[in-house]
Amino acid sequence: MSPFIVALIPLLPALAVLVNGLLGFRVLKEKAHRLGVGSVALSFLLSLWVIWQVAFAGARADLVFYEWVVAGNFSVSIGFLIDPLTAVMLFVVTGVGLLVHIYSIGYMHGDPGYPRFFTYMNLFMVSMLLLVMANNYLLLFVGWEGVGLCSYLLIGYWYEKKSASDAGKKAFIVNRIGDAGFLLGVFLVFMTFGSLDFREVFPRADQAAVGVLTAITLLLFVGAVGKSAQLPLHVWLPDAMEGPTPVSALIHAATMVTAGVYMVARSHVLFSLAPVSLQVVAAVGALTAIFSASIGLVQNDIKRVMAYSTVSQLGYMFFGLGVGAYAAGIFHLMTHAFFKGLLFLGAGSVIHALAGEQDMRRMGGLRSHLPVTAPTLYVASLALAGIPPFAGFWSKDEILGAAFKEGQYLLWALGVVAAFMTAFYVFRMIYMTFYGESRVERERAHHIHESPRVMTWPLILLAALSTVGGIIPGFPPEGGLIHGFLGQVFASHGAPEAQHGLELVDYGLMGVSVAVGLAGWGLARFFYISRPEIPGALARRFSFVYRLLLNKYWVDEIYAALVVNPLLRLGRSLRNFDERVIDGAVNGVSFLTVLWGRISDLFDRFTVDGAVNGAGAVVRGGARNFRRLQTGFAQNYALAMLLGIFVIASLYLLF
Amino acid sequence: MSAEVPLSYYLILGALLFIIGAVGVLTRRHALVILMSIELMLNAVNITLVAFSRMQGNLTGQVFSLFIIAVAAAEAAVGLAIVIVLFNSRETLNIDEINLMKW
Repeated sequence: MSPFIVALIPLLPALAVLVNGLLGFRVLKEKAHRLGVGSVALSFLLSLWVIWQVAFAGARADLVFYEWVVAGNFSVSIGFLIDPLTAVMLFVVTGVGLLVHIYSIGYMHGDPGYPRFFTYMNLFMVSMLLLVMANNYLLLFVGWEGVGLCSYLLIGYWYEKKSASDAGKKAFIVNRIGDAGFLLGVFLVFMTFGSLDFREVFPRADQAAVGVLTAITLLLFVGAVGKSAQLPLHVWLPDAMEGPTPVSALIHAATMVTAGVYMVARSHVLFSLAPVSLQVVAAVGALTAIFSASIGLVQNDIKRVMAYSTVSQLGYMFFGLGVGAYAAGIFHLMTHAFFKGLLFLGAGSVIHALAGEQDMRRMGGLRSHLPVTAPTLYVASLALAGIPPFAGFWSKDEILGAAFKEGQYLLWALGVVAAFMTAFYVFRMIYMTFYGESRVERERAHHIHESPRVMTWPLILLAALSTVGGIIPGFPPEGGLIHGFLGQVFASHGAPEAQHGLELVDYGLMGVSVAVGLAGWGLARFFYISRPEIPGALARRFSFVYRLLLNKYWVDEIYAALVVNPLLRLGRSLRNFDERVIDGAVNGVSFLTVLWGRISDLFDRFTVDGAVNGAGAVVRGGARNFRRLQTGFAQNYALAMLLGIFVIASLYLLF
Repeated sequence: MSAEVPLSYYLILGALLFIIGAVGVLTRRHALVILMSIELMLNAVNITLVAFSRMQGNLTGQVFSLFIIAVAAAEAAVGLAIVIVLFNSRETLNIDEINLMKW
């Protein structure tokens, strides 16, 4: 495998960042997307070539380009690790990334910050590619922070809007908590193994004590919890929907938020040796899945439904990783990227059509107006709900199956309930948006239009991927292509993902999955098509539960009371201390200095200047008197000369 | 044979002439008069030199007086030239008014 081509994959978007960042506003302007989309397209093609090499030529590579940090026996290089896991991530990142970039041409058209948008998006691509290609923890951390930065920049992309810039700050600060844990984990990896390279650390993992490994993995998982919006650090992701919708699709659904999943899967060697950590991962994942699915049931903002759905699906991925089904977790990451990216882009198309309307209570009956968006969103919903043969079914079913067979019956039950809720809320979204009476405000109603083709084609392609993206790599369950592919990475560790034939229990579990999916779908249809008065009645009947869910379990309020407000108060009192005591001391010192300056000034003026001026005055006064000798009359001089001669002659004669 | 005029008479005459010239140089205000007074002083010296030369039978003094006459001629030429230029530029020869060198 040519190192040059591998290096080009992140370098091309990096180049586009430089050019767009420097010349975007002055030269490229409305043409900024040519560079932004073009570079990602080339990266995608190169990635395909690399994936081909990995999949069909069995190529593996650990390429080191540059010794980045060398200090004593500590050294970190800039190097890329190419294996099946990276290949899958490359496909997801560049593939979905390319489609979202293309979609953005239409969605962001006419935005005053057009070149800025593509600069940030490309910077995100660079960081994300570094993250998934890194061959050591430090370079991974660079990508990790880079995507966090881009997330912040793009959530706050419309920074004139207070809510958007607040949401950006919130995302950044909450992520900081996770990043601190991640960084501590990386330090501990270095202390334990003396290196940060994956190829150094993983083979020696079993030499470390279980306690140390548990600490390392839990700290790394804290990072993943922050980045992938798991309980209890999930609060930033729903607010992140303030960003433009393509950003939500790419960063906050398909790629960046899955970085935590990728990192845990990449570190599966360590996690497999720390059963306590794995149990924590599984529990957090399952709890998050059901927790945010339940919030998604009642949200009215179309993007917030998606956001909680994303949190919930990320929970599934961690759930899968936690029960040792690494390949299933990554498989779900991939299928989720397809259908959730599609859901967001479709939602963006709806919002675009309604000129910015996001509240589903003011939609409805849009099916006939949006002939491409509606069916593609329907496909995505089927995939998310886990209806076979669409993509989500295969991966979600594998996670649930693995959990059941690992004996995690409680967590399995949580997952099944969450799957039911998922099917319900996603079809609730479909029915509220596309079916029933139109509740669109009149001034918006007359210019509803389908999006331009540059936006609908990515929808169609993603719909195709959401249809076949599960069955092709995932059939038959637990024995599909993806397992053979990813099994090369995960094979020697973790739960046995044996290539056994399907047993009765598998069919039973599959049946349960399909049943809850269909039940959720049916219930949504019953509630929102057949008997539209039921949801309101239920909300009144169980008003506490309804308000609990609508207000997202008041987590934001609890955090505000417990963490944010005390910190603000501490900040305010520190400011007071600063203003009174520190500023007082500084001002006091300055007052004394000024006083001393005045005294010196007086001394200077009267003593030093006095001496100088005095010398001048003496000389001038003397000169004023002596110059009277210089009369200018030659006769006076002659007289003086004569007198002088007379005196000298007299003295000569006398003595 | 007339009696020789004693040397002291010549010296007294020279001294008198020199004093008259010196007083003229110091007191007169007209530039031309001052020049004439200087001539008077030079010739007073000449008388003295010639008198000493005659008395001692040594011609050195007379040679010196010839030199002084030459210098006096040159001095008169240069002095008169200065006086003429001075008059052209200032339209006065009163040296009280010629005081540029004063502080």
